[in-house]
Amino acid sequence: MEALHEKNLPQSAAPASGTDVHPPHLSPAYKSTILRSPTQALMPVRELIRDLSMPVFGQSVLREFDNDLTRNARINGEPIGERIKVAGKVLDDGGKPLSNVLIEIWQANSAGRYIHKAEIHDAPLDPNFLGGGRVLTDRDGNYSFYTIKPGAYPWGNHYNAWRPNHIHFSVIGHQFEQRLVTQMYFPGDPLFDYDPIFQSVPQHARELLIAKFRMDWTEAEFALAYQFDIVLNGRHKTPFE
Amino acid sequence: MEQLQQTPSQTVGPFFAYALTAEQYGYPYDSLMNHTLVSPDTPGQRIMVSGRIWDGAGATISDTVVEFWQADAKGQYRTAPIEQNTATHTDRGFLGFGRVGTGTLPGHQFQFTTIKPGAISTGAAPHINVMLVMRGSLRNLYTRLYFADEPVANAQDALLNAVPAERRATLLAHRTEVNNEIRYVFDIHMQGPKETVFFDL
Ligand SMILES: [Fe+3]
Repeated sequence: MEALHEKNLPQSAAPASGTDVHPPHLSPAYKSTILRSPTQALMPVRELIRDLSMPVFGQSVLREFDNDLTRNARINGEPIGERIKVAGKVLDDGGKPLSNVLIEIWQANSAGRYIHKAEIHDAPLDPNFLGGGRVLTDRDGNYSFYTIKPGAYPWGNHYNAWRPNHIHFSVIGHQFEQRLVTQMYFPGDPLFDYDPIFQSVPQHARELLIAKFRMDWTEAEFALAYQFDIVLNGRHKTPFE
Repeated sequence: MEQLQQTPSQTVGPFFAYALTAEQYGYPYDSLMNHTLVSPDTPGQRIMVSGRIWDGAGATISDTVVEFWQADAKGQYRTAPIEQNTATHTDRGFLGFGRVGTGTLPGHQFQFTTIKPGAISTGAAPHINVMLVMRGSLRNLYTRLYFADEPVANAQDALLNAVPAERRATLLAHRTEVNNEIRYVFDIHMQGPKETVFFDL
């Protein structure tokens, strides 16, 4: 009865379950979702796609400075902006740390400008900053990288729309369902209330996207530090499994 | 045991290319994966798979990241770690994993060079796992590519059989041959009468 009822609703109209932290596919305040979200119910296939491992990446895929965005694109000096360290742990939702998880990162520079060719925001490029990097978690699930704190930037979603400062993350965990693409935000950003992408996340889960300022992880005379832990989908094991 | 809350998903946005698909788009950074899932000596029937992603207004989408993950010709997924620091190394063996953006080819196509996968078990049809992220999508989109020229195997496949019969065709790639090259076309529709079946994992 319940399944039948759900089947007749557009997927996006189905109420989010209390534990679901992810945004709905359709979130009309973020206008581009309107023509790009499925209208039919997603097919539950968890039992049919069991134990599908993802590729594992070895340390040799990394180059020196892949995890240091302040160094990996220098031409004639230091990039401009506030140097920061971002570090954390990648776990599954049972609390198990995940090693050899590939984290790919990209972001705007300190002026809020991406080097991407389609970017038209009239803020300066930084010749010494690409804004892209990658890192693998170590055996205890830990990762860290250095970068420059990204600036806010305007976008075309609505009149005077601005994105809060953020770093994009692409994460490849061990299992097929542990593929995550997300964004890390900074504490206390005044733009949170006005950003439909941040607001698309259920209210109870928004704080999970905000890094914690860690005074005890800062490097004196060098860099401030933020903690961003990442929790990936795990198999929801019942006591009977 | 207490469950930790998962980190919520967010859109990949429009500006992923210089990090996720840098070599394809001509940015000064290397790529760990690209359109090629095989190395020159990988056994199997070499195929090219292409397609386009269509939005609800019938326009092709230019800023999708498409990832393929598939078994080799014997039906085995790669388990050995991927080593070496760029996708252009030819000695990485069969990867089975590839990634392209839809912003560089005419018509916003994606295009992969690979081999036709073997069945991963008896009663399963050959298939490729497909993952999409794009500007305007707040979550991963998972689907599967099956081969339209495998009707016998497809008829036995558990997942395909779980899909309502009238929607199964959305998961089929169609074979053509161009200059002795075997190509499959797999179009993905976000909405509309041909809306692709997406999975909830
Ligand atoms: Fe962004």
